[in-house]
Amino acid sequence: MMNNADASGGAAVVVRGLHVRRGRNEVLDGLSLAVPRGRIVGLLGPSGSGKTTLMRAIVGVQVIRSGEIEVLGLPAGSTALRTRVAYVTQQPSVYDDLTVRQNLRYFRRVLGAPASDVERVIGRTELGPVAERLVGTLSGGQRGRVSLAAALLGSPELLVLDEPTVGLDPVLRVELWALFRALADDGVTLLVSSHVMDEAKRCDRLLLMRDGELLADDTVDGVLEVTGTDDVEAAFLRLIERGEPDLRSPAEAADAGGHGRHAASPAPAERAPEESR
Amino acid sequence: MTLTRTFATAGRVLAQIRHDPRTIGLLVVVPSLLIGLVAWIFTDTDVFSGIGPAMIALFPFIVMFLVTSIATLRERRSGTLERLLSMPLGKGDFILGYALAFGLLAVVQTAVAVSFAVWVCGLEISGSIWLLFAVAVADALLGTALGLLASAFARTEFQVVQFMPVLVFPQILLGGIFIPRDQLPAVLEAISEWLPLSYAIDALQAVAADSESTAWVVGKLLVIGAWIVGSIVVGSVTLRRRTP
Repeated sequence: MMNNADASGGAAVVVRGLHVRRGRNEVLDGLSLAVPRGRIVGLLGPSGSGKTTLMRAIVGVQVIRSGEIEVLGLPAGSTALRTRVAYVTQQPSVYDDLTVRQNLRYFRRVLGAPASDVERVIGRTELGPVAERLVGTLSGGQRGRVSLAAALLGSPELLVLDEPTVGLDPVLRVELWALFRALADDGVTLLVSSHVMDEAKRCDRLLLMRDGELLADDTVDGVLEVTGTDDVEAAFLRLIERGEPDLRSPAEAADAGGHGRHAASPAPAERAPEESR
Repeated sequence: MTLTRTFATAGRVLAQIRHDPRTIGLLVVVPSLLIGLVAWIFTDTDVFSGIGPAMIALFPFIVMFLVTSIATLRERRSGTLERLLSMPLGKGDFILGYALAFGLLAVVQTAVAVSFAVWVCGLEISGSIWLLFAVAVADALLGTALGLLASAFARTEFQVVQFMPVLVFPQILLGGIFIPRDQLPAVLEAISEWLPLSYAIDALQAVAADSESTAWVVGKLLVIGAWIVGSIVVGSVTLRRRTP
């Protein structure tokens, strides 16, 4: 049973049998998946596939019907997770009528993070030149980075980012992915949603979603290999045609008692998240 | 709930308002202008000395209700409330932070309105001006607290504006401005006994005429205080960390 322990010990997020209904629609219908620690996991799918609902459920702000969600070993939404998990919504959720620095100072005080964190996250998101400007006067991309900077305060162990690169120019997009990679190298787990399939190749693992169900939970290479394609968009279509999902997730392995279906998944190097803080 | 987070929130709300000088101007000036208008309308009569105290209750109450309900609703709609509630911010920190910030504004606004009514419009106050001020501030705070509560039940800006006629107008109509409350039909008089604005208007009129003891006025103040606390508690209970 070593594998079993490994799988759950190495997972930042484990979702089992998640059902979410919004209004009369079954948005998520029995979803199970796992997000390994210290990795960038891409959550891809067309709009309306349930990505945001899944992210909200993981962060603990979504009312769920049934299912289990474990985040960093605790039930999603636990009080103890509020400083360890950060969520960036698709719409930048910062105050337009405050400056960049005032926004970050306020969120820092709410989080109880050290005062030096404000300068650190301004540096990391390269917002220095606009730090004294009102957020309402910034471009959409800059506002998004302010929202991201607020999420980096207090060095959370899990970052849940909903479409962080939407509408960004290619140079900024590359810089942002470099930042995500640097964070992952520090041991932070990132769950990043996107509807741009190109971005998939920058992730360590992919969760492909459609109509509230998983089409794939695998590494990028794994998905391409299973579908015999060389880009993720084609793989997505192939999986829909095939009608059978590609699930080689650590969660599956854990549920099945650890017999070797997750051969293709990377064994995440065990990192104690505390070390990186 | 922690003091640091409550004060951080109050400071943040005030910083937002500081960046919006037009709102500050409107908040401070509008009630005084309206009181001045009422005084002008009744220049050649003695009506103003009768309803002037009630005007001090009315205009700051309405303005604070509107400003607070829209500000908190904006926070819900922009996603910042969801972000805050996914952080270690208590619901009480949020509501009290708003109440503190807008309460401070209410104090400034009321001070200007009372001064204007008394020294510019010549409203005669026979009782203690400090007591008048205390009642007026409590009343503006009541507007803030009810505004916080109303925003909890509104999904859109349109809805929250509709709450004003629902929550505020009946209190004005039954508060004893148009006709003394004891001359209302029995049912309406009984209802008016339950409305917080009635207490504020009664108290302000009593102070202006110096017709009741200080203890009686303080009794009315306590009722208003209970309404403020009640609205803040109910308002914070209605905040949800998880939403559908």
